[in-house]
Amino acid sequence: MPGKLKAKIVAGRHLPVMDRASDLTDAFVEVKFGNTTFKTDVCPKSLNPQWNSEWFKFEVDDEDLQDEPLQITVLDHDTYSANDAIGKVYIDIDPLLYSEAASVISGWFPIYDTIHGIRGEINVIVKVELFNDLNRFRQSSCGVKFFCTTCIPQCYRATLVHGFVEELVVNEDPEYQWIDRIRTPRASNEARQRLISLMSGELQRKIGLKVLEMGGNAVVGYLQCFDLEGESGLVVRAIGTACTLDKLSSGSAPNTNTHMSPLAHGCRSTHNSPVHSVCSSQRLSQNFSVSVPTLIFTGMGSGGSAGKEAGPLRTLLRQQTQTALEQREFPFFTLTSFPPGFLLHVGGVVSARSVKLLDRIHNPDEPETRDAWWEEIRQEIKSHARALGCHAVVGYSESTSICEEVCILSASGTAAILNPRYMREGCLDIGCTDHRLVSFFLFCGFCHIPYDELNMPFPAQLTYCYHCRRQKVPDVLFTTIDLPSEAAVAGKGCLIQARLCRLKKKAQGETNATAISNLLPFMEYELHTQLMNKLKLRSMNALFGLHIQISVGENMLLGLASATGVYLTALPAPGGIQIAGKTPGDLSNEHISSIQKRINDTIAVNKELYQINPPELAEEGVGSPIPEPRHRSRLFRSHSESSDELSELDLSHGKKDAFVLEIDDTDAVEDIHSLLIDAPPPTGFYSCNTENMPGISNWTSGVQMFTSVRVLRLSNANLTNQGLNKIFTDLCENLLKVRNHHGAGFTLVTVTAVAMTYDKEQTQEKTAEKPVNKGQSLWSLEAEEQLQFPLELCADSSSSNIQTASKISGIFNSASVDYGSFADRCSTWLELLRLKAHTIRRGSVKTSRRTQSLRSHIRAHTPPCMPSVTVVKMTPLSFLPGIRIIKYLGIINMFFIRETTSLREEGGVSGFLHSFIAEVFAMVRAHVAALGGNAVVSYSMKECVFMENPNKNQAQCLINVSGDAVICISETDQESSASTANTGQTGGGGTDGAT
Amino acid sequence: MSVELDVFVGNTTIMDEEVYQLWLDGYTVNDAVKVRMEGGVMDECEASKDVLLSDTMDQYRTFQMCERLLHSPAKLANQLLFQIPPHRQIMLIERYYAFDDTFVREVLGKKLSKGTKKDLDDISAKTGVTLKSCRRQFDNFKRVFKVVEELKGPLVENIRQHFLLSDKLARDYAAIVFFANNRFETGKRKLQYLSFQDFAFCAGQLISNWTVGAVGEYNMVEDMDVDLDKEFLQELKELKILITDKDLLDQHKSLVCTALRGKTKVFPEMETSFKNLSRGLINIAAKLTNTKDVRDFFIDLVEKFIEPCRSDRWTAADMKLYLTHYTNSAHILDTFKHQVVWDRYMGVVKSCIFKMYHD
Repeated sequence: MPGKLKAKIVAGRHLPVMDRASDLTDAFVEVKFGNTTFKTDVCPKSLNPQWNSEWFKFEVDDEDLQDEPLQITVLDHDTYSANDAIGKVYIDIDPLLYSEAASVISGWFPIYDTIHGIRGEINVIVKVELFNDLNRFRQSSCGVKFFCTTCIPQCYRATLVHGFVEELVVNEDPEYQWIDRIRTPRASNEARQRLISLMSGELQRKIGLKVLEMGGNAVVGYLQCFDLEGESGLVVRAIGTACTLDKLSSGSAPNTNTHMSPLAHGCRSTHNSPVHSVCSSQRLSQNFSVSVPTLIFTGMGSGGSAGKEAGPLRTLLRQQTQTALEQREFPFFTLTSFPPGFLLHVGGVVSARSVKLLDRIHNPDEPETRDAWWEEIRQEIKSHARALGCHAVVGYSESTSICEEVCILSASGTAAILNPRYMREGCLDIGCTDHRLVSFFLFCGFCHIPYDELNMPFPAQLTYCYHCRRQKVPDVLFTTIDLPSEAAVAGKGCLIQARLCRLKKKAQGETNATAISNLLPFMEYELHTQLMNKLKLRSMNALFGLHIQISVGENMLLGLASATGVYLTALPAPGGIQIAGKTPGDLSNEHISSIQKRINDTIAVNKELYQINPPELAEEGVGSPIPEPRHRSRLFRSHSESSDELSELDLSHGKKDAFVLEIDDTDAVEDIHSLLIDAPPPTGFYSCNTENMPGISNWTSGVQMFTSVRVLRLSNANLTNQGLNKIFTDLCENLLKVRNHHGAGFTLVTVTAVAMTYDKEQTQEKTAEKPVNKGQSLWSLEAEEQLQFPLELCADSSSSNIQTASKISGIFNSASVDYGSFADRCSTWLELLRLKAHTIRRGSVKTSRRTQSLRSHIRAHTPPCMPSVTVVKMTPLSFLPGIRIIKYLGIINMFFIRETTSLREEGGVSGFLHSFIAEVFAMVRAHVAALGGNAVVSYSMKECVFMENPNKNQAQCLINVSGDAVICISETDQESSASTANTGQTGGGGTDGAT
Repeated sequence: MSVELDVFVGNTTIMDEEVYQLWLDGYTVNDAVKVRMEGGVMDECEASKDVLLSDTMDQYRTFQMCERLLHSPAKLANQLLFQIPPHRQIMLIERYYAFDDTFVREVLGKKLSKGTKKDLDDISAKTGVTLKSCRRQFDNFKRVFKVVEELKGPLVENIRQHFLLSDKLARDYAAIVFFANNRFETGKRKLQYLSFQDFAFCAGQLISNWTVGAVGEYNMVEDMDVDLDKEFLQELKELKILITDKDLLDQHKSLVCTALRGKTKVFPEMETSFKNLSRGLINIAAKLTNTKDVRDFFIDLVEKFIEPCRSDRWTAADMKLYLTHYTNSAHILDTFKHQVVWDRYMGVVKSCIFKMYHD
């Protein structure tokens, strides 16, 4: 059933000169939706044409409205030859399809060409009139809201969380179709962009249908990915969490600051937990799966239980609750932060990987193979979670790494037990504080082990919780979620990374897949060990936001794990690290003792650095024992342990489990050294990969989002872990640029941590005479980094190889003429075998400053002239510090291809990519502004594929970005109207521009 | 392991004023890194050289990409590619169009042509301004010249609106355009002691008093502030009477001398050189109808007036006194009918000489 789409082309500006003779352009516009096309008049001889067209009306099904983008093409009219395309704008009209969101899209859009980049701008107005559709067999799902944000969005209330939704669609990649041999690169790129836009529209619609079936009205934590499988096709898949959201009336200010609640003071909690993981490898044609238990995961016999339905396992589960959850196929949640009280217990990280051989997708309409693959992995995750005694997985995500025909599918999440009340009654954000049980365990409850003490799935040291003293906690806790806002931590958190690379033989097909799957468990194990060591070295006991990526290349595998380490006061203090030689009285004894000393020193230094001073345990720990909570708590725990709960309190923390590292040769010494002792972060500079920086809460509203891409060529010679380590360290160090940016020019800037005294700020204020950038001078700097390193490896080894490879392809090109552009453009790049680590980083830097000062100054200095272009902020976080989101306008999901045949002229690969990223930012900002928004939250660059052929002076790059467009207002502005004065968190509205 | 690609892009365009200045000054990336290291950024931030290098590269790339926009600054405000806060835009533009006085002094009054551009390496060697910076400055002059050439209305205002420059900078550019258009000679040895600011001041005087636009009735004429008022130049010939008419000359001299007597130490010298000086100034006025003589206006002022006075050791105060009385006394002359032209001429000459007379 129909809707009416209306578009009006208003004007253009800054168009490129298309007619060399007159230095002008005769531009007109084609507006296309589905198969209908309209044209404007030609606006002769102008670089700033005014078309002021009529309203072009398209009468279409709402199904099409969801799938198709509005396509606007700007052309130069040519009387004698074919019209030249200037560029295109694709507008996703999805945000117009639900009632509360944007009602009109109107604004200036950059005109984009895949070969030339942005070429001028066009002003467009788009509206949609939807007719109500009551057809219950409808294929559309208009009205379902999508959020990339992985928590319940501000200004909404979740009345019910329905659970996991997933979908995938497959198609042939236009780049690999026969027609690509005869069409221009531009046509090919555009076909690809359009197809992907269509596929993501379709995917969103299908997910929407599933949500409607479940009775929900929104998808939160929507994660969409592309798998460019090359010859075998193109897969677009998405996962998310279906919810029923209620909009909070704007009058009742919600407690928006759950994110920002100062965490720094707390002092109780204990815990720990291991990674529970299994790697399985499988040849596509065979229908068995081999689960390879890793060494960490010792408790559970074999992971091969996947596929069996709930029946036999049911005994493992707590009977009394969660029926709602169990009925679900996959009790997964892509959310990473939850309302207080929602999470009862956290078991630990569960992950599963599987190696597959890609095969051509024969029938795009039947994406069953891929579905089956993911289904398998999800089953595995589910069974792992059960083994940990948990009935749900939170912070769930999926990813792939593809190299030629081998594909590693990975999924990971955190096993957890959720509060059943939320599942049934579904009041997510109310009534938790009045519940005595929850409030009693609020600060430590999630740390308590969910599994059976006598039947532990892995070896762990259990102690009584250092906060409540009633329940057992592990010694270390690893999770993929954000630090719950109620958790009590000591000191500050920091980013912890483990990096690893493994060589493998070059192989084909099945052999290759087997080799990879044999390596995987060892890599996981080693990554885990590294993480554990680094965690202890920092004297911390829990990891949040753990994200492990394994990338595959021609002849190596690369693993990267990033997480944020914190000291949870509910868990026992971590033991030290003990170095041991292989044999006592070894030659290197002296050496060993010196290393030991250095390690101990480092621990001490780190303790100071992160201000970890866990309170000495005193008797107050238990407070007034309330009988009911304990009683109640048993409900969640198996009876085996409930008997002797309060018997022996183990207070001997800190001494018992020193972690022992064995050194057997001098190489190992080096290794340990470089791996363990990361260069210390510069003072006053903090990074983490979670939404909140544990231990630091006074952010200013000055947020700067950046993207950094580096490509390095690795040669065999330095394929060591140290080498790899250095690369990533360098990458992180790059962050310092941000500081340079802030610091330079103001010599007075002292870069201390959070606290600068009021006086000092005043003097700096005076010395910094220029009104420009004020504010910056007094911000002490802190960066929070949202890290994700999608790693890509296209591998080959020595440089000589590369030479030959390129030569071969060169000959190939000249010899086979009929391969034409296809050979030119694709094969050479893809076949150019090279060893390349390709890292992408995005993040956001926040500057924090003492709050009470200088608001008036800032106001005074805001630039007098209003910018003619709306300022759009972007952040990978789900919130903006000091700023309140008042409306979500819809999801931004864009895919761009850029190609050049004049790489050198555009400043080489760096110049090319730099301008492309800037263009992508510009297009995202323009779309947000056209929707009436002024910020993008939960922004992420999902994909960045870069290929180059310097010999041909060519390069191509694909970027996929997503995020939520929002309208937000500064809390200072709001104070006057609403009385939700949020002390201390005020950020001057005008300062953000200065960063 | 070599870094093949390394970019760092911010949503709000990342730029550092110090690096921008180094870029404008034509430093290479490596030199800029050196300067920054010496400047102590490293100590402040504990950054390594590699980070600094990579940061400098990022910013240089950004500036290169922005440069196209800076050529028509109005675009900078409504382009979408870079998100730059307004006050930063102003800074970017102002600095981009800023120039070195030593450089501009070399090209002042020259034709802004390809030929001059070829000589830039000599100028670069002479002034110590890098060639890259010289080119940028020269191209800026040329660009401004070309744009305002085709515009109607007041020069300074046009420059300010089209290039979004501050009032001061717009006036300086107006001076440069004015000099380039009239091709005033400024390169002679005798003029070397004058700075660009001296000339800029004089240009301002000429623009606001001697051009077509100065009269006020023609408000929107092309080149109104660039071309001198031809009618006025014709009328200047009438002033000759002050030196050709013997009575008038004597009368003028006695009036001036009466007024000056006892007020200055150099009175005797003033008295003796009166006729020479007066002839000098009036002859300059009378010849201004020839384009060639317009070009030599400044050199003539120096040769015919400033140098004689300087050799007689007049102080600046003497000069002021003399010129004031010289101008005013002409009003009292009964037979001298060209008071308006006289004032228009002497007003400018007087202030130019004040500016050009360095003690």
